[in-house]
Amino acid sequence: MIIGCPKELSKDEKRVALTPLSAKELIKLGFKCQIETKAGLESNYSDQDYKDAGVKVISSKDIWSKSDIIVKVRAPSNLELKLLKPKTTLISFIWPAQNKKLLEDLKKKNVSVISMDMIPRISRAQKMDALSSMANIAGYRAVIEASNNFGRFFTGQITAAGKVAPAKVLVIGAGVAGLAAIGTAQSLGAIVRAFDVRPEVAEQIESMGADFLLLDFDEDGSGEGGYAKPASKEFIKKEMQLFREQAPEIDIVITTALIPGKPAPLLWPKEMVKLMKPGSVVVDLAAEQGGNCDLTKPNKLYKTSNNVTIIGYTDLPSRMATQSSNLYSTNIRHMLSDLTPDKNGKISINMDDDVIRGSTVVLNGKITFPPPPPKVQAIAKHESKNTSKTQEEIEKEEILKQKKAGFQQLVLLIVGSLLMLLIGFYAPPSFMQHFIVFVLSCFVGFQVIWNVSHSLHTPLMAVTNAISGIIIVGALLQIGSSNYIVNILAIISVMIATINIVGGFLVTKRMLSMFKKS
Amino acid sequence: MTQELLTALYIAASVLFILSLGGLSDQEKAKKAVWYGIIGMIIAIFGTILGPDMKLDKLLIPALVVGSIIGLVVALKVQMTGMPQLVAALHSFVGLAAVFIGINSSIEPPQNLSNVEIIIHEIEIFLGVFIGAITFTGSVIAYGKLSELITGKALVLPGRHVLNILMTLACLVLGYMFLHQYGLWTLIAMTIIAFIIGAHLVLAIGGADMPVVVSMLNSYSGWAAAATGFLLGNDLLIVTGALVGSSGAILSYIMCKAMNRNFISVILGGWGDNVSSSQEIEGEMVPADIETVSGALNDAQNIVIVPGYGMAVAQAQSAVSELTSRLRNKKKNVRFAIHPVAGRLPGHMNVLLAEAKVPYDIVLEMDEINEDFPSTDAVLILGANDIVNPSAQDDPNSPIAGMPVLEVWKSSQVFIFKRGQGRGYSGIENPLFFKENSRMVYGDAKKSLDEILQKIS
Repeated sequence: MIIGCPKELSKDEKRVALTPLSAKELIKLGFKCQIETKAGLESNYSDQDYKDAGVKVISSKDIWSKSDIIVKVRAPSNLELKLLKPKTTLISFIWPAQNKKLLEDLKKKNVSVISMDMIPRISRAQKMDALSSMANIAGYRAVIEASNNFGRFFTGQITAAGKVAPAKVLVIGAGVAGLAAIGTAQSLGAIVRAFDVRPEVAEQIESMGADFLLLDFDEDGSGEGGYAKPASKEFIKKEMQLFREQAPEIDIVITTALIPGKPAPLLWPKEMVKLMKPGSVVVDLAAEQGGNCDLTKPNKLYKTSNNVTIIGYTDLPSRMATQSSNLYSTNIRHMLSDLTPDKNGKISINMDDDVIRGSTVVLNGKITFPPPPPKVQAIAKHESKNTSKTQEEIEKEEILKQKKAGFQQLVLLIVGSLLMLLIGFYAPPSFMQHFIVFVLSCFVGFQVIWNVSHSLHTPLMAVTNAISGIIIVGALLQIGSSNYIVNILAIISVMIATINIVGGFLVTKRMLSMFKKS
Repeated sequence: MTQELLTALYIAASVLFILSLGGLSDQEKAKKAVWYGIIGMIIAIFGTILGPDMKLDKLLIPALVVGSIIGLVVALKVQMTGMPQLVAALHSFVGLAAVFIGINSSIEPPQNLSNVEIIIHEIEIFLGVFIGAITFTGSVIAYGKLSELITGKALVLPGRHVLNILMTLACLVLGYMFLHQYGLWTLIAMTIIAFIIGAHLVLAIGGADMPVVVSMLNSYSGWAAAATGFLLGNDLLIVTGALVGSSGAILSYIMCKAMNRNFISVILGGWGDNVSSSQEIEGEMVPADIETVSGALNDAQNIVIVPGYGMAVAQAQSAVSELTSRLRNKKKNVRFAIHPVAGRLPGHMNVLLAEAKVPYDIVLEMDEINEDFPSTDAVLILGANDIVNPSAQDDPNSPIAGMPVLEVWKSSQVFIFKRGQGRGYSGIENPLFFKENSRMVYGDAKKSLDEILQKIS
């Protein structure tokens, strides 16, 4: 089959979906590759480079009509739709949730469409995850754009001409773009803080060297597939309060918060911008989806009345066209290689494959969007340890276990009550009173100890040991006897029990004071 | 102070003790929990001293003061690595006190008891002294073993089970005689035999089972206190004793489950029975030098450290902590894997690492980390042996077969810090050392770590 790569029509788009390098690999898979003339020029790939790699360079007329597979960056425009011939397979960004009409048009064209933005976030699919690779670039570029518009160093310096304070950068949303931004700002020497609604990314943030701004609120913002979900009202209130505290201090804010299929959440409203110092910079990576800042103008850079620069570029990856094209074309190549399991240059769309199923939005003229949720979770949840067993088996085992435990409990109870009856038959009331106390205390002990955490077992032992020094009470009561042996023994008992009590409690305190959190 | 007021104070003390134990469910609350215990104890002691039944004696104050000073000195001087010994030694005191109180109560029984009550009272004395005596010598022996005054190997006398049974029978006979007024000597004789039983029981238990033994003795000391409470008719003693007794019992149970061992068989003697494993081990132990280890650590991204008793012996915890913080500063993911029975006391490793200021959120339990070993680049094993022994999973004839272990061999590289080529405390050969991805680092763990620290800045 022939893979064709047309030149991107949008004037903001400098990327190209096929590079000489990716073409070489595709040819190895048995494909023939062709590219529209001058398509790679803005990514610094000349027609000659392509020819050297074995790619046919042809005119724009032929590229649509003579290719079986079309690879692209941006979703096709109306003009391009007209050129698309039936039975073709189109691979590009589609954004099907936002572009319902485009999906309908593609359906009418009787083609198959693989949407590079719909690749599920599972480990196996990472090599074709174009969103991640583009977000990585966007995060990097966001910091570069910010520094370009920021009148100071990022790093703190003490020079003969005076002291320079380091820039403080706040990154909101620690997805791929956020983490890339953290890393870049960090390596430029800035003090970086980051915030995310998903508590589990704290570790990733810290691993990149930034401080995680912790919100004292018990809510997990993680949604399905490793993305975030909308937050509750109380949460947002707390969040805003946190940002309000940060805003006067922060020099550069980079917002990257997106929620799949929804407009971007408003995280850096006007009032925050007002609180910022003159000369500060806001980079809104969510500009295309409406922006995390309500002052953001998509595709524009402008200054507010208090001299804060707000950058709303939506073409950050395209501003680094060579890098983006390299990564994107590699993503596409991996996609194609998964589509041709036999390596014979013929693609087959296997709808049983989670990754292919998820990214295929139109199949032979039928819309297959939205896909069912993937079988494999993106981020392993803690409970999902027993994935090897089915739900039913687990339930069955549970019931069996419960039955067995119930039976054992019943037997124990019967034996226990018989024993109690026996004791009650012979023992005097004074004993029975103490006995009740004893049995109840045993139960309390059992209940309480089950909850003690494993790492505290040594302190627990020291505490129980200290408490068992209560035997001192018995010894105390025997003191003062007229029999001198009794008296001496009692005094010794008091003394050794005291050693136990004092030593036990002190050692426990010593131990516990050592436990600290990082 | 009236009897009613005293009872009220006892109730307050009991509640405080329960809160104290319950508070240990997490690290932050635990610090408060100790105070509950201390306050409860103060209320109990002063309530009793000021109570109606108390006859003051001029020796009381000196006894309290001397006891407190000894307790203070011991607790402040003990090294965290010596914690198991200290706890064992402290248990012995409770046991001995229970013996004395029982004997006292037999010399001077309470007045105005009915016939049945006298018999019950004597049974209580008998039980209290019996448990107390076993606790006492058992703890003393455990202390000796843990501080290596006595060999850690299990002492296996021929026919030791028969011996135990005979001694227990003798105690029962003496008890029968005691109940039928043969005199105080029967109680004393029983006490001596019970001393021997306690010592013999613990002598027969191998060093690897020590965590269970210590928590079992902890439980015994509680039951001894409860028995004392019965014979004195004191509810506070009964409540507290029962709390301690049941908590010790549960801890022992948790320990045994962690080692996949039957509780009864642990109490009745270690696994000294069949040391020889049926599996022949292939391969050889390959030593590695410090350069190799530090090089591997520099390259690794995911590092797991498995501490064992050897780390405690070598006092290597601060070197480990330093290494951890340096590696973490290089943005490496360093974590600790703690087996439930690592060390000689439940939670032993956690305490040592906490002492060395290793943050507790990177110290993980076996279940939390076992799945992560395949994605781990380097594992450092510091003086641990049985808890990382793969024959627990592979060799059904191994004495530790079925015991849950840390699956370190699934990682890319394992470095084992070991004093010599000897076997672990259980005396079992460890096939891990012979695996292809295993490297042995011989020598004192602290010295080796210090040398590695010089290579890692």
